[in-house]
Amino acid sequence: MSIWSKHAIFEKNSIILLIGVLVVISIGGIVEVAPLFYLKSTIEQVGSVRPYSPLELAGRNIYVREGCYNCHSQMIRPLRDEVERYGHYSLAAESMYDRPFQWGSKRTGPDLARVGGKYSDAWHRDHLHEPKSVVPGTVMPAYPWLAENDLAFDHIADDLKVQADLGVPYTDEMIANARTDLLAQATPDHPGAEDVVKRYPRAQTRDFDGKPQRITEADALIAYLQLLGTQVDFKLYDDKANIR
Amino acid sequence: MNAQITGQKWMTFGEGGTAFAFFLLACLSIVVAANAYAEEYAFHAYLFSAAAVAAVIAIVSRYYERDPGPVPLEIDGKPNYNFGPIKFGAVMAVFWGIAGFLIGLWIALELAFPALNLDLPWITFGRLRPLHTSAVIFAFGGNVLLASSFYVVQRTCRARLVGDIAPWFVILGYNFFIVIAGTGYLLGITQSKEYAEPEWYADLWLTIVWVVYLLVFLGTIMRRKEPHIYVANWFYLAFIVTIAVLHLGNNAAIPVSLFSPKSYIVWSGVQDAMVQWWYGHNAVGFFLTAGFLAIMYYFIPKRAERPVYSYRLSIIHFWALIFLYIWAGPHHLHYTALPDWAQTLGMTFSIMLWMPSWGGMINGLMTLSGAWDKLRTDPVLRMMVVSVAFYGMSTFEGPLMSIKVVNSLSHYTDWTIGHVHSGALGWVGYVSFGALYCMVPWLWNRPLYSLKLVNWHFWISTLGIVLYISAMWVSGILQGLMWRAYTSLGFLEYSFVETVEAMHPFYVIRALGGFLFLSGALLMAWNLWKTIAEPAPAETLALVPAE
Repeated sequence: MSIWSKHAIFEKNSIILLIGVLVVISIGGIVEVAPLFYLKSTIEQVGSVRPYSPLELAGRNIYVREGCYNCHSQMIRPLRDEVERYGHYSLAAESMYDRPFQWGSKRTGPDLARVGGKYSDAWHRDHLHEPKSVVPGTVMPAYPWLAENDLAFDHIADDLKVQADLGVPYTDEMIANARTDLLAQATPDHPGAEDVVKRYPRAQTRDFDGKPQRITEADALIAYLQLLGTQVDFKLYDDKANIR
Repeated sequence: MNAQITGQKWMTFGEGGTAFAFFLLACLSIVVAANAYAEEYAFHAYLFSAAAVAAVIAIVSRYYERDPGPVPLEIDGKPNYNFGPIKFGAVMAVFWGIAGFLIGLWIALELAFPALNLDLPWITFGRLRPLHTSAVIFAFGGNVLLASSFYVVQRTCRARLVGDIAPWFVILGYNFFIVIAGTGYLLGITQSKEYAEPEWYADLWLTIVWVVYLLVFLGTIMRRKEPHIYVANWFYLAFIVTIAVLHLGNNAAIPVSLFSPKSYIVWSGVQDAMVQWWYGHNAVGFFLTAGFLAIMYYFIPKRAERPVYSYRLSIIHFWALIFLYIWAGPHHLHYTALPDWAQTLGMTFSIMLWMPSWGGMINGLMTLSGAWDKLRTDPVLRMMVVSVAFYGMSTFEGPLMSIKVVNSLSHYTDWTIGHVHSGALGWVGYVSFGALYCMVPWLWNRPLYSLKLVNWHFWISTLGIVLYISAMWVSGILQGLMWRAYTSLGFLEYSFVETVEAMHPFYVIRALGGFLFLSGALLMAWNLWKTIAEPAPAETLALVPAE
């Protein structure tokens, strides 16, 4: 009896075939995914990465809504030209609170992992309103509605709460003040601005969209963009200590 | 039984239960619509309630029109096949195919001529690109898979599909999912995970549809009159089961509220990246490969009238393919913050994957042994054979690109887009067209309207594919090299936008390729429409063997 005839057991029993398939496809996934949750070396120890402030989180959700990830990566590879073009290669720690991650897969436009602080708010306003006005050769679409639409943030505390349930270190205090913090971060001379910085260290509080009396989607998106890649101080970061 | 004797008609448990479930869904949807946090979400809730009400009406009116007894499983000793849902799926496949190719052409033109974004939120590249990928993969490809799997499983098992309403629920429910997903992208409802963009409520709906699909498929296999399960059904089963596992794993998310379309994924950062590409690469491996290999294993032998080349090869390559594919995901994350050990595993398994992939190609091509002359006379068979050749080409290119040093150049560039399209247009597209050209005449029991048009379709779209993929090879490699080019003084030679400007001519050529591919598909739609709509002459009908 040849070994081939043994295969008949799969060909004659649909349930055994089904179980066989399940077992065979499970192995690779388990081996590759499960260790990432318990190997300590997976995420570098940097200490300074904090969860997004309510305004930044709302901006991130705009970034997701508009599908920015289709053309912009947020992942600098440790290759000479990329490090020179974009800055220090990305750490896993820098996206540890990203749900979902926004590493992207295509660079029709440049990488944005360290775009924070690279351009002024005014540049971002002009660029989002009409990209060709600041980069004539660009193929990026214009997003004029971002500065027109009021940001919807009535339920922003719910967003923080769900993330807290998933393990993001948002405290009860942060959740309770989410709405005020959002307002305070985007309104000049708001009395709550100090609390925002206390709760979210290094948060930038100012009017981002050039319309101080309103909170628009552009406020949130620019606040998010200006944060990107600024959470780790690479003067202090020790590459050698985190070689994996 | 009783109903037949007494002449009375009773609603079955399935009919009543399904109608009641849809009634509850309609009520729930209205409550959600009334309380929704966002207008877009309220619109979706209204769509759900309208669809649920339509389903209740359809079930009840069908009950009044049907015969009292259950549908016979056999008539005169021959299986009474259930072709209704398959016909619907075949027509929807053509419709979504045209829509998906058209959106693809549009976004290709947007990259070449950005003014076409028209400053409108709904049609910016960022919102249309997921619509294109989902329309071609899940709407076009998905309907081809659903229709062909229901056809093949009945034929190879010589049994009627299990379930009365269930097959219709699968095909209609799946297409409703497509509508929700697609309109969601346009309105900005997305969770931004590539090829898994639909939000939590669409994912839940798809889960229900998919479980019923698995049950119908498995139940039909259990009802089979043949002792062995045919090889095509192994592949269909692996496709259905694995997609279920991947879908559940990658879309695990907590909604912000029942009244909010927004949810947050339970994974984060590096783990989310790994889960995403475990899903993403195996959407390729199981949706676009295993499922379409099943099509190859039924339609090529059938059309060529030859047995599958090697039974043993099909066993080896089936198990090897499904085992190895699942490991390949990390090659989408080379040089990223994913730990090196995972990247190395992904690369190693991706290279090994070359072998079972070519095992499938060899098995498909060599099935033509002794029938190669048919390629000259049968453009439908030619299309399917060329699709297998494209499969071989892109499954060689894939392992090549998964090698880290090659990937350092190709990643983030158009080379990836070209690679995907040699597989998508050449392999998935052509084998689907071949299956549709076979299946539509068989389902409607009449000859194909015109083989000559198939020939035109073949040559126009082949030219389109060649233009598309060669333009993307050149633009991808060119841009990759420009990014890493240095001047003699050691500075980066090009700014980013200079590399973007260099892409323009290739984006125009790519759009032309896409236009040709779309034109070919329009010829197919016309051809199939004429096949279905025009009554065949009586004498030709008589020549077709009774199904």
